Amino acid sequence: MSPGRLKDPSLPLPARQTPLLSVQGVRKAFGDHVVLDDLSLDVYAHKVVVLIGASGSGKSTLLRCIDLLEDVDDGVIELEGQDITDPRLDANAVRARIGMVFQAYNLFPHLRVIDNVTLAPRLVHRTPPEQARAEALAVLERVGLAGKAQAFPDELSGGQQQRVAIARALVGKPVVMLLDEVTSALDPELVGEVLSLLAELKQTGLTMVVATHEMGFAREVADEVCFLHEGRVHERGTPAQVLENPREDRTREFLRRITGP
Amino acid sequence: MSWVPSERQQERDAYRRSRAQRSTAVAFASTIALVAVAVLALVSSPGWPRVKASFFDWQVAQEAFPAILQGLWLNIRVMAVSAVLIVIVALALALARTLRGPVFFPVRALATGYVDVFRGLPLILVLLLVGFGLPGLRLQGIPTSAVALGTLALVLTYSAYVAEVFRAGIESVHPSQVAAARSLGLTRAQAMRHVVLPQAVRRVIPPLLNDLVALSKDSGLISILGAIDAVRAAQIETARYANFTPYVVAGVLFVALTIPLTRFTDVLARRSGWVGAQSALAGGGALR
Repeated sequence: MSPGRLKDPSLPLPARQTPLLSVQGVRKAFGDHVVLDDLSLDVYAHKVVVLIGASGSGKSTLLRCIDLLEDVDDGVIELEGQDITDPRLDANAVRARIGMVFQAYNLFPHLRVIDNVTLAPRLVHRTPPEQARAEALAVLERVGLAGKAQAFPDELSGGQQQRVAIARALVGKPVVMLLDEVTSALDPELVGEVLSLLAELKQTGLTMVVATHEMGFAREVADEVCFLHEGRVHERGTPAQVLENPREDRTREFLRRITGP
Repeated sequence: MSWVPSERQQERDAYRRSRAQRSTAVAFASTIALVAVAVLALVSSPGWPRVKASFFDWQVAQEAFPAILQGLWLNIRVMAVSAVLIVIVALALALARTLRGPVFFPVRALATGYVDVFRGLPLILVLLLVGFGLPGLRLQGIPTSAVALGTLALVLTYSAYVAEVFRAGIESVHPSQVAAARSLGLTRAQAMRHVVLPQAVRRVIPPLLNDLVALSKDSGLISILGAIDAVRAAQIETARYANFTPYVVAGVLFVALTIPLTRFTDVLARRSGWVGAQSALAGGGALR
């Protein structure tokens, strides 16, 4: 097992016993390249877990495995106590319960903002069109883009596109949101609008797993920070502990490199 | 705004204007010179009077025109009907090749085999085999008219090509689009129908129109089965007048038919931002 499993005394006991999302001994390799190596991670309801680590440390692959966009080679992933890596399970239904936001937004360029957001409600959740529209507008209002409902994605700034992508993931009322370096493709002045939106979402009790290089965000918003190295959780703890007083040499080295000399 | 171009900018603009005028003049002069040389070479050739009499007889052209135009109307109808059928069959073939799962193996294999065979067979062979072979089966419900059989042959051959165009379009949509759709819970089929196909079809419209231009000319090949289209009509008129002018008339009509299609393709391509590296250079606006 990985060292230093977080014991959060502020959590009520039952919640501590059953994590919302539990990754147990997951392995994933592409050819000979082992990306995730016996990785374990628990995410409790209403918590924000931030994944940090160098490029290629497995952050994205872990998120893609949780969203069943990749099949794991070994190990188990449980969502609300259910083994979602069971191949007999309807993967589409599982994905519909998970919200995923990508680094490059991945909005559908041929659809207007409103249609990007209502696509899954209409097709997957079978929401009546009028209701889907109303719900989509409400979510767009939440991300501050109700006025852009009729725009096409390429008419928006990067930050706005990413907020639409967040709205698109939110509208299905996911039990957990996975965010994969959602600010990495943004100009520096646009990063703030996306990160402050995520901080607001945390206030509503949304459970999130966030892969990021934004240490300021990790410090302020994360309940737990996990440092991934060579496909494992190398160090985990509160932001203060991992980011200010890392125990492991690798973590210290990584933090020194990204904050500069 | 109260922006007045600086003196330096005015001088630059004046220079660019003078260059542009000079370019226009040069283009005009070189075009005139080229056309003059071509016409002179043609007219001064020893056989010109005879060629003119047998290929460019205005009297014959006028008299043969109605029959050829009537033939062209058949070409247009054949083209329209086969274009619709081709798009439907080709889309089905392209989608069949993207199906996953063991149940669909025969469908996939069949689609692949179909494309391999009909892309490899010369159209004229398909026309002859379908035109003379199918009626020989004497099956009920198989059409015997040259037009219907010719259309069928065109659809068989062209749908194989167009299927590959569609498949290229489908494969050009980035996998991250599929990942985004699937992450929302859409099934493979829903992602294809609502996310991949709409983008793929938009991208392949210019090459599709290119195939439509080719089809408009190849619709003339159904004449070998005996259908009286523009080519066949020109042949008949040629025999009647013992003069080749009707062929020239048919050629002019086919060109007149395809030019608007070609221009439309260009306009559409430009609207979707496909100016291409060459036009950026030739225009001179973007790069000196």
